[in-house]
Amino acid sequence: MEHQYEVVIVGAGGAGLRAALEASKGARTAVLSKLYPIRSHTGAAQGGVGAALGSEEEDRPEWHTFDTVKGSDYLGDQDAIEFMCKQAVHTVYDLEHMGLPFNRTPQGKIAQRPFGGHTNNETKKPVRRACYAADRTGHMILQTLYQQCIKEKVTFFDEFQVLDLIVQDGQACGVVAVELLTGELHVFHAKAVIFATGGWGRVWEITSNAHSFTADGCAIAMRHGIPAEDMEFFQFHPTGIYRMGILITEGVRGEGGVLINDEGERFMERYAPTVKDLASRDVVSRAMYLEMRAGRGIGGKRYLYLDVRPETVNKYAQRDGRTNPDGSPYQLSADDVLEKLPDIIDFCRTYMHVDPLTQPMPVQPTAHYAMGGIPTDMHGHVLIDEKNTVMPGLYAAGECACVSVHGANRLGTNSLLDIIVFGKESGKQAAAYAAGSDYVPLSKNPEAAVRRRLEKLHSGEGLEHPATLRREMQEVMFQDVGVFRTEAGMQQALEKVRELKQRFSLIRVEDSGKVFNTDAMEAWELGCLLDIAEATAASALARKESRGAHAREDYPERDDDNWMKHSLAFLEPGGISLRYKPVKVTHFKPMKRVY
Amino acid sequence: MQVTLRIYRYNPETDKKPHYEKYTLEAEATDRILDLLNQVKWYQDGTLAYRRSCAHGVCGSDAMRINGVNRLACKVLVQDVGKKITVEPLLGMAVIKDLIVDMEPFFEQYRSVMPYFVNDEPPPEGERLQSQEQRARFDDTTKCILCAACTTACPSFWASEEYVGPAAMVQAHRFIYDSRDRAAAERLQILNDRTGIWRCHDIFNCTDACPRDIEITKALGELKMAITTGKVE
Repeated sequence: MEHQYEVVIVGAGGAGLRAALEASKGARTAVLSKLYPIRSHTGAAQGGVGAALGSEEEDRPEWHTFDTVKGSDYLGDQDAIEFMCKQAVHTVYDLEHMGLPFNRTPQGKIAQRPFGGHTNNETKKPVRRACYAADRTGHMILQTLYQQCIKEKVTFFDEFQVLDLIVQDGQACGVVAVELLTGELHVFHAKAVIFATGGWGRVWEITSNAHSFTADGCAIAMRHGIPAEDMEFFQFHPTGIYRMGILITEGVRGEGGVLINDEGERFMERYAPTVKDLASRDVVSRAMYLEMRAGRGIGGKRYLYLDVRPETVNKYAQRDGRTNPDGSPYQLSADDVLEKLPDIIDFCRTYMHVDPLTQPMPVQPTAHYAMGGIPTDMHGHVLIDEKNTVMPGLYAAGECACVSVHGANRLGTNSLLDIIVFGKESGKQAAAYAAGSDYVPLSKNPEAAVRRRLEKLHSGEGLEHPATLRREMQEVMFQDVGVFRTEAGMQQALEKVRELKQRFSLIRVEDSGKVFNTDAMEAWELGCLLDIAEATAASALARKESRGAHAREDYPERDDDNWMKHSLAFLEPGGISLRYKPVKVTHFKPMKRVY
Repeated sequence: MQVTLRIYRYNPETDKKPHYEKYTLEAEATDRILDLLNQVKWYQDGTLAYRRSCAHGVCGSDAMRINGVNRLACKVLVQDVGKKITVEPLLGMAVIKDLIVDMEPFFEQYRSVMPYFVNDEPPPEGERLQSQEQRARFDDTTKCILCAACTTACPSFWASEEYVGPAAMVQAHRFIYDSRDRAAAERLQILNDRTGIWRCHDIFNCTDACPRDIEITKALGELKMAITTGKVE
């Protein structure tokens, strides 16, 4: 079946829905999602969205800009970061005007809490910049945007999984999707396509990410010769529930929670003397690994404690001299924890039978967020080479895109900011582009390539099993392309992933039906993950320095002379080929990064 | 430990009617039921179909009947339900395949209650102010993830699927009690319909089923009072 829409948006999380609200104002728009939109992973984001509103104390967009540049370990493009942090303020107010139920200050303003790496640039102390709705800010953003899409009668194709991009004469002109209910392939002919397909934490064994976070958009782009940028930078969030990886928001530390080792020591005091537990995520995750390696994991095991019991919080708040905006000493009560972190308490009680009000939480770093992805400029245009050539008609926004505003390490709260700022911008740009262009006539059977790929999944020899391959990929990537990396480990991981790609050609899915063939879709997604794992391992192996989330034991220092540049990984028949492009620097010369 | 999973199976392309299939597997007490379904799908029977995404109770994909009660498969552990586990699709919805039901009528009911913020007054440059007490007034119903566990646990919904159902009314409540919203009266009128709130008989199944611990029956009671008295308090 064939459809025609001026703008087709792939993915219905925060970025896709924000783009839809904007694009549908000026163009006939359709949103395709492999889930129901309300199931998207934006809903799992917890702690807050960053914006220098200054609700609770002095703050400025320029400070937010500098903190983000520093957090990115000077790999973020500074013009794009400045744009995002300036847009942040009215973009967050926009959300409030759409009805988003933020928590409130005693004066009735949007409440804000401290978060890792966000500081008052003058005092260097943590600043309250994360606008929050309890510990379900992402849930509220997703709900609010979806509600507004209903109000504006946006057209949705729910449970349509996009499998291919249609490119003709170097121009994006549609997508191919499978309708999960019927198994039928649909062609969506478009003037402009926006990818907002999210991330790929499912490459790793321990992850906070949804099962559906399988890199679909980024892999599809790579298969059309579009590079993937800065793939070696994948964030490991310090606090995932031990063994399960479920996210425990940084907001816990924002409210005064501390990390504790087996000796009962608040060890972040040694690694980040000024902001301590609120250092940025790469710094904290590495500190945790070093503690565990030194035998100071709890009971010698691979986890540490995150302690938000009021007596602990108040002890350290007093020691740090932490105060409220009015100057009074900071105090946290059990009721405050219940009000500000209700879901965290629920997760711990449900999954670990641990009550955070009376017990510390066992945590370990968990694969969390892709800083890299489909290269774009700050207007969402997809860039296909090191000269920043634009592919006409193609846009990307949100986690699948690399603008790059997060560089080598993303600050907490900047992902929710990224999706609303760049979702809106790409929607606006795509609609404007559609208004000034015609449909490119499609060639015959644009779905033929997808059909062949799908048939292959059903006709393999069946000597290999997708679940086994997936587990092997996740294990080797967690072990060797994780928080700490070495030449030998990454080399081994890259070879392993290549071997798995070979073995992938031998799989055969069991389910031969049409209706909700989730067996075939899971196998398809594994194919996407393997392409992305290869690009990640190859980009990481080549980068001979440590920067942000890419920490090498054999090259422990940042090397700005040789490596202050973005990686571009191209998927080619013989493997990954790498090229590089410069970082955009405006005001901030690289400095040593100390917290 | 060894657990037995008895799963409702139905393939519309080959089966005339549904049947149950038994699977035996090794599990830990702390495994989620979703983990068990994944074990079956990945290592025993790839044809098993169910929806899932976040795997920790926030996306609402995997509501189903576990040992007869509506639960999220990712929020129930083996130790909560024992070694013999029966898994079935939600009641009152058409089964498409195995544990996957047709969610379209559910979302249609949801869309019917104006589940979106309405305020056409020009907004200020900054935020619309709201006191902490005003914000707290509707906090509970903002937690809803539209998993449908409540609606499909309701005998009134089983009796007639034209009943708007608790989930949609929870969404309406979230806006009706938001001090910034201006469409409370319109929504209350929608709920006052013959297929609306008066089909609720305070059975509390919805409240028991909610994986987000929303006090649904209480919220619906407030809506009934508001319709009766004409006052939203």
